[in-house]
Amino acid sequence: MAFKPSDTVAPYEAEPPARPAPMPVKIVVAGGFAVGKTTFVGSISEIAPLTTEAALTKVSEGVDDTSKVSTKTSTTVAMDFGRLSLGDDLILYLFGTPGQDRFWFMWDDLVRGAIGAVVLIDTRRLEDCFPAVDYFEEKRIPFVVAMNCFDGEVTHSPTDVREALAVSPDTPVVMCDARDRASTKLALLELVQHALVRANG
Amino acid sequence: MRFRDEPLRAPRVRGAEGPVTSDDAADAARFRIRPYAITGGRTRARTDVPIEAIVYRTPAGEGSLGRLTLERAQIVGLVSPPQSVAELSAHLKLPLGVIRVVVGDLVEEGLLGMNSQSATGRPDLRLLERVLDGLQAL
Ligand SMILES: Nc1nc2c(ncn2[C@@H]2O[C@H](COP(=O)(O)OP(=O)(O)O)[C@@H](O)[C@H]2O)c(=O)[nH]1
Ligand SMILES: [Mg+2]
Repeated sequence: MAFKPSDTVAPYEAEPPARPAPMPVKIVVAGGFAVGKTTFVGSISEIAPLTTEAALTKVSEGVDDTSKVSTKTSTTVAMDFGRLSLGDDLILYLFGTPGQDRFWFMWDDLVRGAIGAVVLIDTRRLEDCFPAVDYFEEKRIPFVVAMNCFDGEVTHSPTDVREALAVSPDTPVVMCDARDRASTKLALLELVQHALVRANG
Repeated sequence: MRFRDEPLRAPRVRGAEGPVTSDDAADAARFRIRPYAITGGRTRARTDVPIEAIVYRTPAGEGSLGRLTLERAQIVGLVSPPQSVAELSAHLKLPLGVIRVVVGDLVEEGLLGMNSQSATGRPDLRLLERVLDGLQAL
């Protein structure tokens, strides 16, 4: 039969698209328990926030003297994330940090290659964000501080917050309502601009 | 703008906490991933698979669809349209460690392709500008 595939369907490898899939970028959303991380991600994500989990192991060598077998305790850590398409060829992923700050390995994974981080704070319990701020400073990850103003109440000025956190004067501190898409977008823009300044410097 | 009377808490002090490690092998064991997925005690894929990496089918991957089984078939079947490793983990309800090992293998076998800039460090100026433009255009 004189069937010529090229008449109907282009052969697979004849003309591969310039890029067969979008490029991912990511931003980490950190802060204490119930400060609004998932709310923040969900307010701008085009999908309902998804959850992924990883297994953790704590190894204690030589705990059992008779057998010299190391003891392992296993647990899992859950992380939620959202997605935002920026045009056809770019997707921004927003990852909320796992609740427990001690899961540093997970953070290392999250921040690798990230644009930077949004640290959400509730000024009524500011200390909850200290581990995140410590971490991002030490790893030299660009970050902005976003005051999640529960009930629309602005309780402290950015200068107060900057001082209390002992962060560098050029660290952006913004007000935000994690439930509001426009507000979330502004916090993200602030971060990307800050990352650009850092990358230029 | 209204300010509260009470002062902010004292400035932060640095504290140390105990380390916890990731264990992709524990992930795999817990979910009884067959030996072809994780071989020779290997706990990580040889290929670096970032959490946000976007995975897509190659022409070879298209051709393999009928031959694959289990997690490999599920993953290769799911990535059209392309999606991230994190999304695969969420949709298949498998831990990240498992997805990473299997995706790493499939990439090495040429059945999947993967987009990510994580391996080369933080996004460069051009990429950051595209993100900025994209966000502003929302
Ligand atoms: N009133 C108010 N409630 C909020 C705001 N942001 C989050 N919440 C609520 O605070 C709770 C914890 O938020 P969530 O996003 O789950 O915190 P996470 O633990 O940091 O992920 C939820 O009940 C949210 O609905 C906000 O800006 N204003
Ligand atoms: Mg949450």
